[in-house]
Amino acid sequence: MKAITNIPFSELHVDRELPSLTKPPVTREQLVQYAGASGDLNPLHTDDDFAKSIGMDGVIAHGMLIMGFLGQYVQELAGTKAVISNFSMRFGAMTKPGDAITCSGVVKQLTEINGNRVAELELIAEKAPGERVGTGSATLTCKIDND
Amino acid sequence: MDLDKSMIGIASKPYIAEVDRERVTRFAQAIGDENLLYFDETYAADTAYEDVTVPPTFLVALSSNAEFPLKLDFKRMLHGEQEFIYHQPVRIGDRLECTMAVTDVYDRVGKSGTMQFLVLDTEIKTEDGVLAAVSRNTIIYRPAKKGAE
Repeated sequence: MKAITNIPFSELHVDRELPSLTKPPVTREQLVQYAGASGDLNPLHTDDDFAKSIGMDGVIAHGMLIMGFLGQYVQELAGTKAVISNFSMRFGAMTKPGDAITCSGVVKQLTEINGNRVAELELIAEKAPGERVGTGSATLTCKIDND
Repeated sequence: MDLDKSMIGIASKPYIAEVDRERVTRFAQAIGDENLLYFDETYAADTAYEDVTVPPTFLVALSSNAEFPLKLDFKRMLHGEQEFIYHQPVRIGDRLECTMAVTDVYDRVGKSGTMQFLVLDTEIKTEDGVLAAVSRNTIIYRPAKKGAE
């Protein structure tokens, strides 16, 4: 099932809230898989004993995995007509196994630059309403004759 | 060791990162990102990317080959922010030349004392020398614990 309907670029407007994407809960297996796939082998994400030894309750998710969820979201929003030209995230609260992350976004600005339509989006990743694990922004660029 | 402005400009040696299909597939699967843009050439041909590309955060997987340009205490490092600036799509099969460099060092005073920030840019170029993307990693360098080295 596609969680997000592609929105034609021409239907975007400032302050428009974009449909959200809720990911399945993060699992320990997923953290091991992500560690291998990304090359980030910090045991904080895969070894409970290590995580406890540095004062955590147990393993926490890679911040970049959460950014990966937002990346999935932004790429789906970009659909077939736009490319992502910039994408950033500031990491907030920790994500633990069992947390289900919801990605959401709002259009902040729409401009035309050099024959391209450019949309600036504000992005939020939350593990529960109001519990942000990260905030970010993305710029989508679309050639006008494409739309 | 604390950070200081003299570190700005310190860079890794350039290193080559190959974008192979299996690695991209594993990366997308770990995230649970099933966008056809990364797998299906027919679908991708009709998008603004014009061909298969990689997930937007895949570029961090390239820097795992990097020799870190500074000797820092990894226990004091927290990943604060991450930014990607995309100039042209990365393709399966690309051999990318990556260089990681310190581009900024600054302090910010917070509740728990002065925090130091380190900005590391990885420039990612194609074999033709064209800049494909920049991956910008902002690291929070926490104060050393008292009594610890």
